[in-house]
Amino acid sequence: MDSNIAPSQPSVPTVVSPPMLQNEPPAIAARTVNVFYGEKHALKDVTIDIYRRQVTAFIGPSGCGKSTFLRCFNRMNDIIETCRVTGRITLDGGDIYDPRLDVVQLRARVGMVFQKPNPFPKSIYDNIAYGPRIHGLTTSRKELDNVVEQSLRRAALWDEVKDRLSEPGTALSGGQQQRLCIARAIAVSPDVILMDEPCSALDPIATAKIEELMDELRQDYTIIIVTHSMQQAARVSQRTAFFHLGELVEVGPTEEIFTRPQDKRTQDYITGRFG
Amino acid sequence: MPDHTVKAYDEQLSRLRDTLMRIGGNVETALAEAVSALGRRDAAAAAAIVQRDVEVDALYRSVEDQAVRLLALRQPMANDLRLIVGAIRMGLDLERIGDYASNIAKRAIVLSQLPPVVSVGPIQRMSRLVQEMLKDTLDAFASYDAAKAKDVWQRDEQVDEAYNAVFRNLLTYMMEDPRNITPCAHLLFVAKNIERIGDHATNVAETIRFIVLGEEAEGERPKSDDSPFAIVEPPAGG
Repeated sequence: MDSNIAPSQPSVPTVVSPPMLQNEPPAIAARTVNVFYGEKHALKDVTIDIYRRQVTAFIGPSGCGKSTFLRCFNRMNDIIETCRVTGRITLDGGDIYDPRLDVVQLRARVGMVFQKPNPFPKSIYDNIAYGPRIHGLTTSRKELDNVVEQSLRRAALWDEVKDRLSEPGTALSGGQQQRLCIARAIAVSPDVILMDEPCSALDPIATAKIEELMDELRQDYTIIIVTHSMQQAARVSQRTAFFHLGELVEVGPTEEIFTRPQDKRTQDYITGRFG
Repeated sequence: MPDHTVKAYDEQLSRLRDTLMRIGGNVETALAEAVSALGRRDAAAAAAIVQRDVEVDALYRSVEDQAVRLLALRQPMANDLRLIVGAIRMGLDLERIGDYASNIAKRAIVLSQLPPVVSVGPIQRMSRLVQEMLKDTLDAFASYDAAKAKDVWQRDEQVDEAYNAVFRNLLTYMMEDPRNITPCAHLLFVAKNIERIGDHATNVAETIRFIVLGEEAEGERPKSDDSPFAIVEPPAGG
């Protein structure tokens, strides 16, 4: 889709996000997805639509399959030998499990941020520049500088690091490292950003900064976050999906899920009544 | 409903419910005794009711404190959240019912010193309707019964009708003899207070529906208070 745009045309970042239209097709559509780890049936017949310009939160107790499901969207499960995925997941209509699909390209479109900040043992600059370089997204040093700056700005990190871009990324604080990882994900212009408990290793202030950032980023990206903090899911997401024992129990507008969930299991979990 | 993993949370929620039930019980008694004191022209009993209203006010402050603590410390969700938000609303309505009962008692003191020229029978009958509503509302809360709450909500129309009848009745007394105006004016306020208690009881019923089902009541509550137009024609479309 992006290849239709002439390269000379500068891409204009969306300033005002249009309201979510009811009939807008979902960015990601998953249909009867099942995941097995060897004999273990980790995810059972999950069907869900993920919409653009929204943060979708996956919540549920440990082992409920939410992280497993998240990893289906950029085929991270491919790395696990015993893992088998059935069903259909499409990104903008294209099947992401199509055997002809280049997984590296898929992962450029579907970025990921992990629980523990994992910057490369390289300079701050090179952490961001790495992706655009290997994907050949830039043609000159000036253009690359520009991508690095824009990515860091979007991740709300530029002002803190602009005078020390050559210092190692690992020298930053935990919260800064996590924002660096988000900047790194943004640098390759993904459509979707997956976040697997991105704040669980951060203090409340760093957490608030990431949450604020997610709210900014959802203007342009589809964001899916797995979180153990229900308050965080309630704060940052527009839609929430509750998983339990490998099943998608309930999905709906976040406000509904947290004020009047329809399923008793959801209610018991979010009110702290799970044994 | 299964218990919370954190036991203290359950205890705090049940204490909040108990406090609300105590307010409910207090104002129920206050209303019954105020109307009874009015009928018996018993100034001493009425004065005791007025004095006891401070208890209700203190209990309501306790509901507020407990609710704020729970919100701050437990980050309640779903049905717990609805109970706590509902408790603040309910507490406020019940506290107002207490104020009205106390006001009725105050007027009962004044009326006991005036000549007994006007029958309080219609007011007592109207009050019985409201007392029943209040009782059923509190039962609905104790048993989390949304259907029962809805039933109360629909019954407020009967109270409005009874109030209209009392209003017209008192108007005729006043027109007959200007010396009736003082007691009738007090009785009009008593009737209005009882009618308002009915309104607050329906508010409580709506809150119970919200706590139990997570829904606000659908549509307009049935109303038939036409006392504003008792001696004039209602404006067109009014």
